[in-house]
Amino acid sequence: MGYVIEGKTGPWEVVIGLEVHAQVISQAKLFSGAATAFGGEPNHQVSLIDAAFPGMLPVINRECVAQAIRTGLGLNAEINLWSRFDRKNYFYADLPAGYQISQYQHPIVGKGEIEIELSDGSTRRIGITRLHLEQDAGKSLHDQHPTKTLIDLNRAGVALMEIVSEPDMRSPEEAGAYLRKLRTILRYLGTCDGNMEEGSLRADVNVSVRRPGEGFRTRCEVKNVNSVRFVMQAIEAEARRQIAIWEEGGVVEQETRLFEPGRGITRSMRSKEDAHDYRYFPDPDLVPLVIDAAWVEELRRTLPELPDAKKRRFMEQYGLPAYDAGLLVAEAATADYYEKLARGRDPKLAANWMIGDLFAALNRTGRSIEDPPVAAEGLGELLDLLTDGTISGRIAKEVFEIMVETGEGARAIVEKRGLRQVTDTAAIEQAVAEVLAANADKVAEYKSGKEKLFGYFVGQVMKRMAGKGNPALVNEVLRRVLGGG
Amino acid sequence: MSLTDLTLAEARKKLRAREVSARELTEAHLRAIEALQPKLNAFITLTPELALAQAKAADERLARGEALPLDGLPLAIKDLFCTEGVRTTAASRMLENFIPPYESTVTAKLKAAGAVFLGKTNLDEFAMGSSNITSAFGPAVSPWQRPDDPRPLTPGGSSGGSAAAVAARLALGATGTDTGGSIRQPAAFCGIAGIKPTYGRCSRYGIVAFASSLDQAGPMARTVEDCAILLEVMAGFDPKDSTSAEEPVPPFAEALKRSVRGLRIGIPKEYRVEGMPPEILALWEKGAAWLETAGAEIREVSLPHTPHALPTYYIVAPAECSSNLARYDGVRYGLRVPAEDLTEMYEKTRAAGFGAEVKRRILIGTYVLSAGYYDAYYLRAQKVRSLILRDFTEAFREVDALLTPTAPSAAFPLGEKMDDPVTMYLNDVFTVPASLAGLPALSVPCGTDAQGLPLGLQVIGRPFDEEGIIAVGRALEESAGFAARPALAAQE
Amino acid sequence: MSLDFETVRRIAHLARIRVEDDELPKLAAELNTILGWVEQLAALDVAEIPPLTGPVSMALRMREDVIDDGGIPEKVLANAPERLGDYFVVPKVVE
Repeated sequence: MGYVIEGKTGPWEVVIGLEVHAQVISQAKLFSGAATAFGGEPNHQVSLIDAAFPGMLPVINRECVAQAIRTGLGLNAEINLWSRFDRKNYFYADLPAGYQISQYQHPIVGKGEIEIELSDGSTRRIGITRLHLEQDAGKSLHDQHPTKTLIDLNRAGVALMEIVSEPDMRSPEEAGAYLRKLRTILRYLGTCDGNMEEGSLRADVNVSVRRPGEGFRTRCEVKNVNSVRFVMQAIEAEARRQIAIWEEGGVVEQETRLFEPGRGITRSMRSKEDAHDYRYFPDPDLVPLVIDAAWVEELRRTLPELPDAKKRRFMEQYGLPAYDAGLLVAEAATADYYEKLARGRDPKLAANWMIGDLFAALNRTGRSIEDPPVAAEGLGELLDLLTDGTISGRIAKEVFEIMVETGEGARAIVEKRGLRQVTDTAAIEQAVAEVLAANADKVAEYKSGKEKLFGYFVGQVMKRMAGKGNPALVNEVLRRVLGGG
Repeated sequence: MSLTDLTLAEARKKLRAREVSARELTEAHLRAIEALQPKLNAFITLTPELALAQAKAADERLARGEALPLDGLPLAIKDLFCTEGVRTTAASRMLENFIPPYESTVTAKLKAAGAVFLGKTNLDEFAMGSSNITSAFGPAVSPWQRPDDPRPLTPGGSSGGSAAAVAARLALGATGTDTGGSIRQPAAFCGIAGIKPTYGRCSRYGIVAFASSLDQAGPMARTVEDCAILLEVMAGFDPKDSTSAEEPVPPFAEALKRSVRGLRIGIPKEYRVEGMPPEILALWEKGAAWLETAGAEIREVSLPHTPHALPTYYIVAPAECSSNLARYDGVRYGLRVPAEDLTEMYEKTRAAGFGAEVKRRILIGTYVLSAGYYDAYYLRAQKVRSLILRDFTEAFREVDALLTPTAPSAAFPLGEKMDDPVTMYLNDVFTVPASLAGLPALSVPCGTDAQGLPLGLQVIGRPFDEEGIIAVGRALEESAGFAARPALAAQE
Repeated sequence: MSLDFETVRRIAHLARIRVEDDELPKLAAELNTILGWVEQLAALDVAEIPPLTGPVSMALRMREDVIDDGGIPEKVLANAPERLGDYFVVPKVVE
């Protein structure tokens, strides 16, 4: 039995579909030559086309079309060689033309699917209904003035891909996994930076509930949820709201709602209520978008390796378990780091150091894999010292921390601080003798059968040698000296 | 002969021969405007300083022998073309104070060719109308008058100000735009020539949009030759307009020399509508006879869906206009009526800024696109539009051009045909089909009615065969020898 | 089909054009005249006919992805009925 919510009158299943708006990575906007960069001065990245001045006309950006095709290919979807732009008509202060140029009837990308992984290790396929290109609106600032709303059109006209999923998800976890996976694919493709905080990736969540085995009931759309966590919370909140309505004998009305993360609830968006009649019609300023099949093939040939394929390859080529491979391919930059590190080294050792020590260091320092405190070459040098016996595992951890802190190279740290491990048997024998002499009582206990104390002696010898003793040799000498061994 | 009576081609010759300066020519036209603008209201905004500056620059080039194609020729610009730094109103309260920070492609080409801009001409508000009566600045008035009737006549519409200005010798030529007949009908009413080029021939960039799939810019002037000279400059591919055609621009004026001998001219029988004044019918027959005499072959053809063109147009054009005019919301430019909340501001602004006809068309367009009605109205109209195009395609298998009247009547007194909107719409009955099909068409003055008012004939051609219609138009012009002068024309 | 006052009000609101109650009768009559007239198209059988969106039969031309516009806030804002700094200003919107 999958995810259900227990209501007062029995269990409810949740049905979820996502409409994700992904801002296309391009220099210029979808229909104008103004810049798309985030965070410019207000209205400085606006052409007269974006501001819908009289007589201004749209001309489509080839790269935005290419990005949509790449994304379609990455979602295993059909590319429609004939598509068209329609106008979606509604009035809003940050929608300069009074319509949004979108693709309603004939999207550039048709059906596709992606595979998601769940925490129990199972996988599920989630259908993609369509992907279409459209313009973003500008930004309304409601909190800068007591009685006014300020309008910045910098974002107006930036290309968006609206990626619509089938209502295939049945739990907040699945929706979260879908959104993360989609984000990973987009970032791999380089078609969207996936930055939810800056709004480059926004999700509208369609939620309905039903009794297990039933057909679909009325859904509500929760708009503009801007993190994976909020998507999961919004689904649960909205599902519980709908369940309460049904269980009290009410009827859920189809409407647009807004998630309030602070209060953990969704609320009705009245301002959108009369906007349902969008009067879509083909944009007469644009003719149909006809794509050459050869161009699609060229884009297909130049697609990067995508996360699913990379994960499979990591498992085969490096012998990694699925879990490790999954962690290492989540970001293309992480995977690149790993491949650099693993080249000519023990792949499992490389994976362990990345997933353990490097990821911890990233977390601690707040740095990203694109800008790591220790580069792949540096970590590689450290692993080489470890592998060739120059330093012990314990010292390696220590050296890594120094590398994170100071940025110095592994070899330099080892040399400067004399951390090279001691393989001189005489030195080890001396340390062993000293430790045993100082712990005569424990030696007696050991000899009378308390063999657990062997580890204690190892520790003491290592301590006396400042961690530099070769662990294998220390073991060997101890065993020999303590006799019987 | 006075300077204002010159044709554009003649004036060009005199300028290049240094028989007259651009400054003299411009001043003569500015004086004519000063004298007649109060009566004709042909202009919304006058730009004498700009004109004189342009004339000065033209004279300098002419003196150096570096004449540009239109150097020093005074033109009037329909106030639907955005002109950088010069108020552009579309004859609407909505844009009463709008100063575009950009230039339309067509006017930019004219400027670059050395033309002199006298001012911005009156039109029906947002080009929606056939009589100029919907202008927020009061209608332009025709320079023509009936001998026994003092009532002012309409110059036609929507490019009525341009037509009136050219007919009254206030400008050598003018720009117009034509969505359903807005160049051809006023040209016919005012006794001048006008060309609506093939859709895509002239860039729409910077022209205030009415109905994007129909709007086309074109020239208006007193002769077909002058129109051809202007069109050559106005036309051409523009990467800023996604519907602009990548067609080479031929030397249109060369087509004037072409003979019509051997051309097959179609007479579409469906244009013989009930209630057409006998004078117009007679002129049409005369026109066919002239062409036949000149060696063309006259054939009757059928365009069976003609009767459906007008209702189709009055669904398609309002639908597009309802969306195109949504940008006039009082936020970024144009009129704003202050209000407490955004919706109220929109509603009050648009109620105050748009006139009655524009509102009617926006409302009709909103309705035919709205949920539940799209298929019955808009989609159906698009399908009929297919049929209308198909009619023309079939006809052009048999003939090289079509000959029809331009309008179903001569000019009527301003304020007439106002009983209901549809009566006014019927003015466009002969011009709308070619608009829906995107075909080139011109109107050429071919005679007068019993009261001395001009009547025009329309020639419709194949896509991008402006040369063909120019040749036929020139042949008609030659045979007709139209020489009537409007009552109100520059006296210089 | 005939538009009643309620429909005219709804359409006018969709188009964001204020129509006062006393304008309704005349406006509704005019709109109904126009709609009644265009309705003649209903008599045609167009079931098999493809719709014609515009007279241009070419495919969409594409622009290269270069920044060659924008950076003109003064032009963008010069005609604004109300502005605050480099922002356009409208009455406060409550979402």
